[in-house]
Amino acid sequence: MPFQWFVALRYLRDAKGQTALILSAVSVGVSVVVFLSALINGLQSSLIESTLGSQPHVTVRAPREAPRPLVEPTPERAVARLIQPASQRLRSIDQWATVMADAERVAGVTAASATVTGSGVATRADARLPIVIRGVDPDRFLAIIDLRSKMVQGGVDLSGGRVVIGSTLATDLGVGVGDKLRIASTEGVEDLVTIAGIFELGNDAVDKTWVMTSLRHAQSLFGLPGGATTIEFTVADVFAADVVAGEINARTGFTAESWMMLNAELLSGLSAQSSSKTMIQFFVVVTVALGIASVLIVSVVQKSREIGILRAVGTPPRRILAVFLIQGGVLGLVGSVVGSALGVAFAKLFETMTSNPDGLPRFPVQIDITLLASSTVLAISVGLIAAVLPALRAARLDPATAIRSG
Amino acid sequence: MADPLLSVVQVVREYGDRVRTRALAGVDLVLDRGEFAALIGPSGSGKSTLLNIVGLLDRPTSGRVILDGTDTSGLDERALTALRARTIGFVFQFHHLLPAFTAVENVMLPAWADEGVPSRAMRDKALELLDAVGLSDRASYRTNALSGGQQQRVAIARALARGPQLVLADEPTGNLDTASSDEVFDLMRNFNRQFGTTFLVVTHDPRIADRCTRIVEMVDGRVRSDQIRSS
Ligand SMILES: Nc1ncnc2c1ncn2[C@@H]1O[C@H](COP(=O)(O)OP(=O)(O)OP(=O)(O)O)[C@@H](O)[C@H]1O
Ligand SMILES: [Mg+2]
Repeated sequence: MPFQWFVALRYLRDAKGQTALILSAVSVGVSVVVFLSALINGLQSSLIESTLGSQPHVTVRAPREAPRPLVEPTPERAVARLIQPASQRLRSIDQWATVMADAERVAGVTAASATVTGSGVATRADARLPIVIRGVDPDRFLAIIDLRSKMVQGGVDLSGGRVVIGSTLATDLGVGVGDKLRIASTEGVEDLVTIAGIFELGNDAVDKTWVMTSLRHAQSLFGLPGGATTIEFTVADVFAADVVAGEINARTGFTAESWMMLNAELLSGLSAQSSSKTMIQFFVVVTVALGIASVLIVSVVQKSREIGILRAVGTPPRRILAVFLIQGGVLGLVGSVVGSALGVAFAKLFETMTSNPDGLPRFPVQIDITLLASSTVLAISVGLIAAVLPALRAARLDPATAIRSG
Repeated sequence: MADPLLSVVQVVREYGDRVRTRALAGVDLVLDRGEFAALIGPSGSGKSTLLNIVGLLDRPTSGRVILDGTDTSGLDERALTALRARTIGFVFQFHHLLPAFTAVENVMLPAWADEGVPSRAMRDKALELLDAVGLSDRASYRTNALSGGQQQRVAIARALARGPQLVLADEPTGNLDTASSDEVFDLMRNFNRQFGTTFLVVTHDPRIADRCTRIVEMVDGRVRSDQIRSS
């Protein structure tokens, strides 16, 4: 074994108490980082998953009717304006099939679906409830939101005046699969539909209002034959949704909104969470570094006579330097391996302890190898950096003085 | 005759910035190969200081040290370390072994530290030296499990591990009882006779000084007397 490794490891082994203490400190620090990251990553991805489970990543809508000036100002004549918002009647996206085809060619888009979406009312006996009517082509729409896996009753069948509705809405109306329901659109068109299935997406607003029907049926309900009011997309990387939205906008001229814009609050919450995670990591790193540095400084002081003797018998200063750097690195490495194992164990334990009676985790944790690898690399680097000062101090000791006074 | 192993020329060593202490006030000393010299003198006369300078652990304030034909005043730290590793062995008063290591590891240290990786030959040589100082059965003991005399013998084995030309010993028997002192002294004297290794031994013990080939006496940082005796 190379000299510097041999001496470093022997020193660590010999100072059992000190080594054990600092190793536990490093391990606890690393385990906190690993545990927190696993928890926060898990929470974040399940939040994002449930958010995206009921909404498309990018949506293109028909432009709103802008107020139109009745009189244009001219250089000779100024005009005092009274602006009243134009009435917002449901409109179709002009040439939506072409727009959809263009948008589908944007890099990152993985699926597209045109819909007619508008408000309405559902009636059953004396219950009258506001609803959102979503007319879709099921084959395309299922690639955007996978209803099939969220069905609590029945199946996804939108043919021949059949509809699929949210679970809360079904409860509120007191209906089940096979029951009939009267729905009316804001255009005043009414129809009697049969419930083919009931879904639960986990998003209250959706489960309480959505009535899924075929595109053609919705077109007739809203008086938009052949039209579509929105085009919805999924993208490969959900966090690149706003980039893709920008690209779709540039390509088609229509405003495209990403889920990120619609959920700005959620995202800022997530980023606040991430930055508090970063803060905690930072302080753990600083604490670990200070701990390792102070243990090594003490060791250099305690061993200064020995260092002097090593120098006297012909050890070059660079080897003394290496002896202490290695100790720092090894403390970081061993601490991070033990700490990662502890952190993973804590996280799994936490997941099991907080899981629902049916065994599904309420707080799913997410442990990825990159997280563990990066915390190991970080801990080794922190150990090395923390060891620099003590090591330099050791290497610069004057041997004659060290032997005399050490 | 070949040039001397060691020439110390007008060496001055001062300590302190404001209040200057002259530990050495112009020392001249020449050691030939194969000598076994005692360095005596009252406490504070500069013996240890001189040994440190000769051993290249410390630099003189002025004056020169010529070791094995090399003028050391022009050498940098690196070159000093290399020259020290090649030519000098140290034995200190409190043996100064490394307690974290076994006896054989302590003896291997000088070669290991210089060459980086241990070798079979290094280990064999260390075991052979431990055998020569009568400690082959203690080779794998931690040094703090050895008696004072045994520790000092390990220290001598370590000093000799690389076949140095000059062994510097600072009161090697200072902490030992008479029997152990004699043992340790005889050991060094035998190596001197057998391999021609030059020794410079600081001692307060007149019986020991008496058995050396030469007695150098220091007082107040100067050599007061230098007496060559028949061996
Ligand atoms: N690092 C130092 N700083 C200041 N003064 C020193 C230092 N080393 C030695 N001295 C002084 O130099 C003088 C010589 O010291 P040295 O240790 O060489 O004496 P010595 O002959 O070895 O004494 P002893 O027999 O007690 O070991 C003393 O006055 C001592 O105080
Ligand atoms: Mg002394």
